[in-house]
Amino acid sequence: MKGFTNVNPKNLTQAVTLLSQAQESGKKAAIAGGGSDLLGMIKDDLVSPDLLVNLKSVGGLDKIESNTSGLKIGGSVTLATLSQHPLIRSKYKALAEAADSVATPQIRNTATLAGNLCQRPWCWYFRAGFPCFKAGGRKCYSVMGENQLHAIFGGGPSFIVHPSDTAPALVALDASFHVIGPAGERVASAAEFFILPSKNAATENILQPNEILAEIHIPAPPQQTKSTYAKIMDRATWTHAVISAAVSLEMSNGVCKRASIVLGGVAPIPWPLPKVGQMLAGQKLTAQLAAQAGEVAVSGAHPLAKNGYKIPLTKALVRRTLLSLAA
Amino acid sequence: MKPISRRLFIEETGLGILSTTVLPSVTGSPVEAQVNSPAVSAPRTKITIKVNDVSHHLEVEDRWTLAETLRDHLELTGTKIGCDRGECGACTVLLNEKPIYSCSYLSVWADGQSIQTVEGLAHGDHLDPLQQAFIEHDGPQCGYCTSGQLMSARALLNHNPSPTAKEVRRALSGNICRCSNYNRYVESILAAAKRGQKHA
Repeated sequence: MKGFTNVNPKNLTQAVTLLSQAQESGKKAAIAGGGSDLLGMIKDDLVSPDLLVNLKSVGGLDKIESNTSGLKIGGSVTLATLSQHPLIRSKYKALAEAADSVATPQIRNTATLAGNLCQRPWCWYFRAGFPCFKAGGRKCYSVMGENQLHAIFGGGPSFIVHPSDTAPALVALDASFHVIGPAGERVASAAEFFILPSKNAATENILQPNEILAEIHIPAPPQQTKSTYAKIMDRATWTHAVISAAVSLEMSNGVCKRASIVLGGVAPIPWPLPKVGQMLAGQKLTAQLAAQAGEVAVSGAHPLAKNGYKIPLTKALVRRTLLSLAA
Repeated sequence: MKPISRRLFIEETGLGILSTTVLPSVTGSPVEAQVNSPAVSAPRTKITIKVNDVSHHLEVEDRWTLAETLRDHLELTGTKIGCDRGECGACTVLLNEKPIYSCSYLSVWADGQSIQTVEGLAHGDHLDPLQQAFIEHDGPQCGYCTSGQLMSARALLNHNPSPTAKEVRRALSGNICRCSNYNRYVESILAAAKRGQKHA
């Protein structure tokens, strides 16, 4: 692995200063959360930082706080901690299940929530070093190439799918993302945080240079809210979602008051299905309605040459996931 | 004829490589300087890590992974490097009792932390019940993934002494076995758990 300097800031202000100073002196800096993905990218020469800003040393960034208005999760909380947290498992189940579905026990023990949300795409062209949009180039090799795992929604000019499992769950749970940078703190909704390649194909989110995703806030769900995260993989474990669905339903006497459905693995961002939410609101969740929801879920999809199978898979996943919550 | 074991073969071949490396320095060739000073000087940091209950004060290059430090500098070669990308699990060690991929964790990040490697499982000739069960149930085939499998299994039994087969499979889902001897590994771990000998 190429040489670099690791620095251990004590707080976020120091971390931002270190990032800014590196930029001013013409050095490349990278933020290390859990570091597992970053080290892999350094070994593969996809990034070559001179400075690693290690967030594990930042005090308090690995805390989960809860009160009546909701939950505050530090960016450095590990996926293992999230998946095992009793309150998250009961009231914010989609997040616990999403975190628990990521990779392997070893990865979940080091990987952080912020790192999972900000990880770079796992498109095989990008990871193999092709000079694609995501690597700062001017081409998406999947369009005419091997696009089995690529986007059916929101693609163009890049057709990556967003790799995070926790991202669709957080969009479904109406989370907000707190970002710290040289200009101070700013807040974006989970949905606003992720951006389509049509807006900026070189990145996946709104983070500017020297900004850090510091904290995630989730509002307390109303009474009678149930949520879940369902993930389809091309093997039983240890991979990204071919398709996933995060669903949050607010129920009242068997009737769905409010529904939020967000897909993973189908688009360059967590892909919300507002039309499905609208058709479910005020309805009793029957098998017939769930099947209709599956049909509506894929309206507007544009499959590429080799990923058309994602259409029936999406229909089935939406139908099954809704019914699993209605049961 | 003296039988040649695999170990003997590797040791003798290794010696051969070593002697060819040493030769130029004996003759005062300029190669010596290249061998002794790395081409690029990488930043270094002093750290203290506790490995199998022994404290080590080390100066490591910031870029060294924990796996490299354990294997190349503490001579704890029981930890294996397979993919070096956090994909295979051969390098699994326990960091503060939790299994992690030591190939994907920097040594500097482990400063002040406690690490357990496969070398810390047995006490003298007294094997960890998992090691004993791995032998009795033919867990390992080629053996390269075994130390990683053992460490994931140890972490599981430490917090769940009587797991179900499903829980074992899930706990070992980050450890790939090229020989595909997964069923024997699961069998071994269930047998070790059944014996009820929680490791001290």
